Amino acid sequence: MKNLNYLICILFGLGITLSSCNNQSQKSNGALSSSAAEKVYVAPGEQDEFYAFLSGGYSGNLTVYGLPSGRLFKEIPVFSQFPTSGYGYSEETKPMLNTSFGFIPWDDLHHPDISQTNGELDGRWIFVNGNNTPRIARVSLSTFETEEIIEVPNSAGNHSSSFITENTEYVVAGTRFSVPVPQRDMPINEYKGNFKGALSFISVAPDNGRMNLEFQVLMPGFNYDLSHPGRGKSHGWFFFTTYNTEEASSLLEVNASQNDKDFIAAVNWKKIEEYVKNGGGTKMPADYAHNVYDEETHTGTSTMKKEVITVDPTKVPGALYFLPTPKSPHGCDVDPTGEYIIGNGKLSADLTVHSFDKMLAAIEGEKFDGDAYGIPILKFEDVLAGVVKSGGLGPLHTEFDEKGNAYTTFFISSEVVKWKVGTWEVIDRKPTYYSVGHLMIPGGNSRKPFGKYVVAMNKITKDRYLPTGPEMEHSAQLYDISGEKMELLLDFPTHGEPHYAAGCPAELLASNSKKIYRLDENKHKYATIGVDDARVERDGNEVHVYMSTIRSHFTPDNIEGVKVGDKVYFHITNHEQDFDVPHGFSIIGQGTSEILVMPGQTKTSLWEPKKVGVWPFYCTDFCSALHQEMQGYVRVSPANSNIDLSWSLGE
Amino acid sequence: MKTITKLRLLVGSFFMLILFVGCKNEAKTEGTTSSTTPTTEEDKERGQAFIEDDESTPNVLQIAIGSPDHTTLVAAVQAADLENVLVNAGPLMVFAPTNEAFAALPEGTVDNLLKPENKDALANILKYHVTPGNYSKDFLKKFKKLGQANDQNVMIVVEGDDVFVGGAKIIGSVKAGNGIVHVVDKVMLPPEE
Repeated sequence: MKNLNYLICILFGLGITLSSCNNQSQKSNGALSSSAAEKVYVAPGEQDEFYAFLSGGYSGNLTVYGLPSGRLFKEIPVFSQFPTSGYGYSEETKPMLNTSFGFIPWDDLHHPDISQTNGELDGRWIFVNGNNTPRIARVSLSTFETEEIIEVPNSAGNHSSSFITENTEYVVAGTRFSVPVPQRDMPINEYKGNFKGALSFISVAPDNGRMNLEFQVLMPGFNYDLSHPGRGKSHGWFFFTTYNTEEASSLLEVNASQNDKDFIAAVNWKKIEEYVKNGGGTKMPADYAHNVYDEETHTGTSTMKKEVITVDPTKVPGALYFLPTPKSPHGCDVDPTGEYIIGNGKLSADLTVHSFDKMLAAIEGEKFDGDAYGIPILKFEDVLAGVVKSGGLGPLHTEFDEKGNAYTTFFISSEVVKWKVGTWEVIDRKPTYYSVGHLMIPGGNSRKPFGKYVVAMNKITKDRYLPTGPEMEHSAQLYDISGEKMELLLDFPTHGEPHYAAGCPAELLASNSKKIYRLDENKHKYATIGVDDARVERDGNEVHVYMSTIRSHFTPDNIEGVKVGDKVYFHITNHEQDFDVPHGFSIIGQGTSEILVMPGQTKTSLWEPKKVGVWPFYCTDFCSALHQEMQGYVRVSPANSNIDLSWSLGE
Repeated sequence: MKTITKLRLLVGSFFMLILFVGCKNEAKTEGTTSSTTPTTEEDKERGQAFIEDDESTPNVLQIAIGSPDHTTLVAAVQAADLENVLVNAGPLMVFAPTNEAFAALPEGTVDNLLKPENKDALANILKYHVTPGNYSKDFLKKFKKLGQANDQNVMIVVEGDDVFVGGAKIIGSVKAGNGIVHVVDKVMLPPEE
């Protein structure tokens, strides 16, 4: 027997070796008909068919790509300081990063979601969440700039966020970590029964997108992992996956896997909204920042909010149910019809699909299997629509096309699996390189997907590109999903760590993309609208330089009378009114970063001169043929000198 | 712990592995962008299992391949196309039955499982030997059961210093780059559901 095994093994090993060499010749043949290359080739001067917004993860920023080319167009700074534009360094944008913990120049940016109307992408804004210091940001899709950031109190690890309801009524933010609410000094081992998980509903004003934290549902102390809204018939509900229903506070890899099933929490937010409108809920002291960037003043302001309405879900009958779902489900996805709610059980091989209709019937028929902290648990068999048995390992996330197919990533078996919604049969599977996390089909978690491509965003790169040392960018793969079988088209690196992405047809955004800011609409407090307004003013040890730029000089470009110890604010207004002609500003010893000022915009950089001398400044953006001439000097005198302020250009 | 010594000695010598990798990597380089209709046959030979890397600590698959006591297991893993699963970031805990353990199965069992038509059954058995996790033998004493990659639970029994997983005794352990390999003296058969 033993010898036989050895023999089998040797024969088998030989078989593999031979077959792999056969494959080689097979593939060489494939190169002759290279339609994959044609499918991703966007000729010089041509533009991509889709925008893709990829989360940057620990970069704190959002990246903008084109599909199918995989070209990177822009990195939009959101939660992190960004010297490329001066975001978070300029005086105008510093308030955007204000929180109840003070100035926080970084975050872990997760799940982008584009605003919707009637469940379809409308391309007005894109919402993202800061996972670490809980925040939700709104980015304009006409300026591609961060316009608003609201902190989320009573939350920690803002992970089941920032998903929007189908008319962008709310952007929803669920806490991953349950915490004491309100925060207080207490023993960690008293977690169970005492910590709470806050699900926050932040309204979005239809006209200008302004966000307001309307209410927080205080849930049992589970971990709330991911979420998606109901749509179509299930509009008005929101679904959250949970894990750690064991309420462990230590070694969760063991202790949070004891229950065979955790829950998907189904929240009837319309009921809770009504309850709050009628005076329900408890006003609770809180402390959170609300930061708004005004496009006309080009200035961000930060306001500290002091109160939040919390809702005890057991006080709102019919507002909350638990759907048992096996094995610590991660992704929570809802199909385009709104009927199916998919729990991706990350420690399971299977996907659990719940039916919205069956859920309503089970609620109606009171098919309960007990309760958890007063919240009814629906009977598993009575809400279950089906199980997708794919044979893959470690399912994480699912997206949809418009033809009734779903696509699920499997981390451990490193593949995307295509399956049929309703029959649960597996249609195709393709490997990813390697260990895929999220995937994205433009509109793939809305009522109207554009199922031409799927992007798989991998966690592990290893040998995909030329090696760059131990730290590498993550890899993504683009697949054509227009046919029955998926076809791998392209492999491209992504920046930071993409946690989900959102995409839309290019035509939805391209024509609305702003080209310049109009100088005559600039309401910045320190704007220099006319070149004659350029000046320097002293207020104690503060010096305000009202400076303008035009190709190819600063006005003024010689400044005297600045002293060591002064705080010098350079307010730079770019007088260009021509598409894509920014000017930059930097000065030796600048302790922040350069700033890049768009046409018609004003930005301010603070400089604190520490040394006597004559110090140059220059434009950091190659703006013109005379860019190298675009420079100036500041004379810095000793702190006790009595040289008057003066400024000039061309004298 | 004769098995461990043998395993450790052989961890570095992956003659067969290198042979595979050499050939497969060539195939991959040519195929990545030019292949228009990748077939499952092609996919089988690609993925993390076939990356050349002699710097990292060997992963659970490499450890198994390097062990002369686990040739049957390795053949089975290959027959079930599970190579790429075992090199994943995991973490993965593999209970690796020795050749002797496979030989102790009723006559013909292994041969039968290695037949292509029984690939799913084989994969199910093998996945029953894999836990998403990374725990030492001592630490495993804290558990009553483990959730296995085939979606079934396996019971843990502690007798004195010995730990039995699904009736199989852990007779040695090797830390891997992506988890841990516990050598066991029996093939663990998944309970019928």
